[in-house]
Amino acid sequence: MTQEPWRVEIADKTLSPYCPAVEGWQALAGVGATVTFTGQVRRASALGDVDAIDLEHYPGMSERVLRQLLRDAESRWQIVAGEIVHRIGYVPAGETIVRVSVASAHRCEAFDAAAYVMDALKTSAPFWKREWLNGQAHWVDAPNAHLPKPRV
Amino acid sequence: MAPRITVRYFARFREKLGLSEEVIELRPDMQTVSTLRADLALRGDTWAALVGPEASAVMVALNQNLLNVSGEVELNDHDEVAFFPPVTGG
Repeated sequence: MTQEPWRVEIADKTLSPYCPAVEGWQALAGVGATVTFTGQVRRASALGDVDAIDLEHYPGMSERVLRQLLRDAESRWQIVAGEIVHRIGYVPAGETIVRVSVASAHRCEAFDAAAYVMDALKTSAPFWKREWLNGQAHWVDAPNAHLPKPRV
Repeated sequence: MAPRITVRYFARFREKLGLSEEVIELRPDMQTVSTLRADLALRGDTWAALVGPEASAVMVALNQNLLNVSGEVELNDHDEVAFFPPVTGG
């Protein structure tokens, strides 16, 4: 099975928590580990039950930043394949918002690269959440707005 | 003809400013990102608070690349500048 080893996608429909590319990556000779992180809409919040979030993005720049995150991860860790998929639009509680998957020879590189991509995504990728509670929407504040450096 | 740039606003900024995009003609005294911000701040308190030189909770992109907000960056014809609040994806 041949496929593009590096892939990003902005998705406007329900997103599976499982990365379909992983099966193909498992066939690659150098791969000994794959990691997938899935972020989803958390129902419980300090203000009550969240019905959904909706996500705005900066078309063009969002894809560009996600591609750059994979390039950065590839230059820092021995990873051989990676995919980032991010939802936009209305995402009900419990559904997937973001999925980051990477493949490497050993587990440490895969864990570290996936964690790096998620941390950097949260501070640099142009997406904005609005939370829906009781029929009303409010913009979510960035908790780490004053911590520009992602963990490495 | 004077150089023109496109300026875009996203999320809370778009809502508060009531504008998602505009084309701005660059005067000779408005050739950098910081002078553009100073000029936008003259439009009123909301503009000054969100995108003006004193605004702190703002991210700025030039041609879809994030800028270091404190840096002085030159603007050119057809550039795209975007102002938005700290990102909250993921």
